[in-house]
Order: sequence, then C-alpha cells, then structure tokens
Amino acid sequence: MANLKNVTKKTKAQEMGMHTEVLTGRTQQKFFNPDEAENFYYFGTYDVDFNKRTDLDVKDMTAPEANKEIDNLMSQGYGTIVIKNPQGKHSLGVGILNKLNLIFEGSLGYFGMGSCDGPIVRINGRVGWSCAENLMAGKVVIEKNAGSCFGAAIRGGDLICKGSVGARTGIDMKGGTIIIGGDAGAFTGFMMQRGRIIILGDVGINLGDSMYDGTIFVGGEIGSYGSDAVDSELTSNDQDWLKRKLKVAEIGENFDVSKMKKIVAGKKLWNYDNLEPTEKKGAI
Amino acid sequence: MCGIAGLIHRGKSSNVGSELQGMLQALKHRGEDSTGYALYGDTDGKHFIMRFKVGENVGEGSSSVMEDVSVYDERKKIVDQTLADLGAKIVKEERTLPYSLRYEIDYDVKDLLNFSQTIESIPGVEILSMGKSLEVIKDLGNAKAVCDRYSLDKLVGTHAIGHARMATESGVDIKSAHPFWGYPFSDVSVVHNGQLTNYWNNRRALENKGMRFMSECDSELIAVYIAQKMREGASLEEGMKDSLTGLDGVFTYFVATKDSLGMAKDTMAAKPLVLYESDDLVAMGSEEIAIRSVLPQEIDTYDPFDGEVKVWRI
Repeated sequence: MANLKNVTKKTKAQEMGMHTEVLTGRTQQKFFNPDEAENFYYFGTYDVDFNKRTDLDVKDMTAPEANKEIDNLMSQGYGTIVIKNPQGKHSLGVGILNKLNLIFEGSLGYFGMGSCDGPIVRINGRVGWSCAENLMAGKVVIEKNAGSCFGAAIRGGDLICKGSVGARTGIDMKGGTIIIGGDAGAFTGFMMQRGRIIILGDVGINLGDSMYDGTIFVGGEIGSYGSDAVDSELTSNDQDWLKRKLKVAEIGENFDVSKMKKIVAGKKLWNYDNLEPTEKKGAI
Repeated sequence: MCGIAGLIHRGKSSNVGSELQGMLQALKHRGEDSTGYALYGDTDGKHFIMRFKVGENVGEGSSSVMEDVSVYDERKKIVDQTLADLGAKIVKEERTLPYSLRYEIDYDVKDLLNFSQTIESIPGVEILSMGKSLEVIKDLGNAKAVCDRYSLDKLVGTHAIGHARMATESGVDIKSAHPFWGYPFSDVSVVHNGQLTNYWNNRRALENKGMRFMSECDSELIAVYIAQKMREGASLEEGMKDSLTGLDGVFTYFVATKDSLGMAKDTMAAKPLVLYESDDLVAMGSEEIAIRSVLPQEIDTYDPFDGEVKVWRI
C-alpha cells in the first residue's frame, strides 16, 4: 500500500483538495493495489461482451423479476441490455456489481440503479427519489429530471442528470462526482464527506449544509449557504477539471466554468481529531 | 407514509373517477388503511350536493366503536327533519351504505357555517363535503375497494384529488381519512402527505375563531387553516403561500376548489411529489407510477422544489 506520509510534493488532485485529510493516525483510506486485482471482483459476477446486445421488456414484470432477468442475461454473456417500458417502476437495476452497458428506454421510479458497482447506464427518461444511491463505480446518465436524494451516499463513479434535480442531492456522499445540467433543490450536498457536485443552474437554500468535506461548484444563483459551507477560490486546476468533466459528461461543454462558484466546508464543525469521551477518560 | 394524487383537465371533462382510482391504486403500497376521493363532477350547479355519514365503517381493521345499525336510521331521520326545519328540500337521496349518504338539496345557502353546525350538532353525523360539484367519498380499504363500493368509476368531471392512507397519527376510521372538506367553504377539499408539528397550537387558535375540527388527524388542520385564510379574504394561492410559514413540519398537500387545483410543498421538501403538466392536463402524485396509470407513454415529469406553490384552473 502506498505510504503517503512520505509524499511531500502535492499532486494536482491534492492541490484541488481531493485528499484533504491528514493521513496519519486513524485514517481508513485504502488505495487500489494492482497486485490485488483479483480481490476487486465480486463473487458471482460475469464476463460479458459489450457487443452482445439484447432487449428486455419489463412492462409486465415486477422489479425483482426484472432485476433477476438482467442478472440472467449477464450470465449468458450479454454486455449491452436495453430495458423497454420501465414505466416508472421502483428499484430497477439495483445491485449490479458487474461491468455492463445498460440502457433504459423510459423513466424509473424510486431507488433506480441503487447499490451498483461498475455498470455504464443511460436512462432516457426521468428518475425518482434516491437514484444511484450508494453507487461505487461506473457511470449513470439521466437524460431528463431527477427526484430528491439524487446520488445519496455515493462512493464513486459519475452520476449525471441533464435536467433538474430535487432536494438533498448528494446527501452524505463519500466520493464520486455528481453533475447537474439544470437546477438543484434545497440542502444540496447536505452532510457530504467527499466527492464533487457540479450544478450548472441555480441551487436552493442551505447549500452544503453541515458538509464535512468535498467541493460543490455552482454555475447559477445560490438560494442560501448551509451551516459551515463557505466560498473558496476557483483555481485554474479546478477549471481544467470542470471542463474535462463536463466534456466527458456530454453536458455543458461550452459552459463558462470561470464564472462558477466553488463551495467547500468551513471545517468549523470538524472534530475528527477530538478524542472520544471514553478515550479522554483514559488519557486523564 | 401515505400517498396523494390529483389531476385536472383543462378545457374538457373526463372520467376522473376511474382515472383517480387508477392513480391511487398504483400508490396502495404507501397505505391502504383508508382511501379517499374528492371528485369535482359535471353538474348543472342548481343544487348542493351533501355527502355525509351517520356512522363509521366498523369492519375489519377499523378502530371505531361498534354501533347498532338502527342508530343510523335514527340519525338519518333527525338529519331529514333538521334539513326541513332549515328550509332545505331534498331533491335526490342516495344511501350507498348504511352509514354513508348523498343528498342533493335545494337550499338558498346564506350561511354555510351555520348550516353545517346545525347538521353536525346531531351526534354521530358528519358532513364529508358540501358543494355544487364537490363530492368527497372516503372509506376503509384500498382505492379499488372504495371505488367499487361507491361506484365511482363512471363519475365524469374536470378534476379530482385523492389520498391513500397509512394511519399513523390517528385512528383507522372514516373521520380521520382524507380528503378533508374545507369547512365551511363550498367545494373546497384538501389531501396531505406528511406530519404537522404545530397542530395543537394552530388548532386552538382556529377553534377560538369558530372553526371546527372533526378528527385529531393533523392533516385536517390544512383544510381548516386554508379555509380560515379565505374567510379573512385571502385567495386560495395566498392562503397556500401563507401556510408555508404558518404550518410547521413536513408536508406536500393539494387543495381543490370548484374550478382550480393547487399544490404546496414545505421548505424542507421532505415529502415527495412528481408533476406532469401540459396544456390540457396536469397530473401529480407521490410517485411517478401514479401518473403512469393515466399516461403510460413516455412523458416529461419533474419534482417541484422546496417551498413551491402552484395553482391551475380548469
């Protein structure tokens, strides 16, 4: 494992604040080691071929039936699956821990694509509350609008909504990137701990309320700042990264990122290094 | 949890009874202790339609006290006599269930508050709705069960709101079920999803102003609150905007009048709402699947933001 205690020169990512914790003491941060690659495959995943494509009509299926059939198709090597007639059903596409190219021809209800790790997903419709909750890796693109709690607690991956999203976007997120083409509701970035949120439009009240870390970039107006959310300087590194992300996300490619506002944690609420009461007792 | 749904056709009428049944049935997983409909039917507007109950549904799952069915007849007789005393003529009478009645009455209403108070002074009697087009129908069970029981699927009108209830704050009974009539206003109804935390403070203040509460369900407060604001001269939209600060808690609610439908969402945006809006139809519900029951094709929907109030007219 990399020993970052000895790294003195700041990397570009560190300069942007992507590694802001002090990496001494009780950090639990772990880094990918190529020698351990086999440990990064889940039990029961499949070797799929992206060129092997099929359609799945879920009109008359329940969500568990549809998800089971997706799993069945992956087991047959299908790497590209097009879901027809999702019709706002809840919990479609949850728990996919596989590389997969998944396309929804329509809208999803609640918890769509929850707890996934790896798939590339395009949703040609709208999504309900808690889309892609707990996403670990991969990419989810929503062509229309999204409900509240969009990308709640995601750990990694890119989550892109080309329309507007509801309240509490990125609540409790711990990594990854959320990109919003339109507006976002109240409490965006509430208690976020890591990762990036980019909003090209306006954002509602209490932006970044009680955020621990991470960064929020806003292109439009801000309703109000939440507790401990503060402005920060938008650096040239930030602008480069924003341009790259927006290009990859196929969204706002010509957006003038130099006018975006950058919001970070004031860290007045931080108490990571404080001893727990029981530990204090022991120290006394 | 509870689910709410509503729709308004602009410039035409439709089979709103059947449409709302489909929307609410799609939300039945959010609660099926009781289901209620507020339907705005096509009428000639000559007579008042009074939906009222003379007892509770004491079937399986009900929290109401069992009564001898004969008291329903006694109460009905007293209602009939009281209407006659008030000078109201019953033009049409329907008794769907022993405890549930629908009257069309010919009455020159000068003071609906006094009229309602007089009828409801009869023990066990509650007016569910009063208006020229509004009909509130609510009972225990899911949307289909209630729709079938009251034959609502053929009702034609312009707009409707409804509620699928999971009882949390009060009993499983008709009096606590939504929608609530905006007593004493003709043709006003309310459905709500959420919890109100300053219910008792507001209730005491409103009771001091002469407003009545029939249940201990916090959602009833919204109907009474809006009605009081309208009594004081506010428009429906103004009353709804005022409620965003006057009511504390989390809520998404709908209010309907004889020619309009409105929605309001609290400043925390803690309760869900999905909205579809076009030139001739607005449909909304706690979940998109409710809207999909009337519009299965691919459509553009969105979540209204925190603190948003919208009103549409037919």
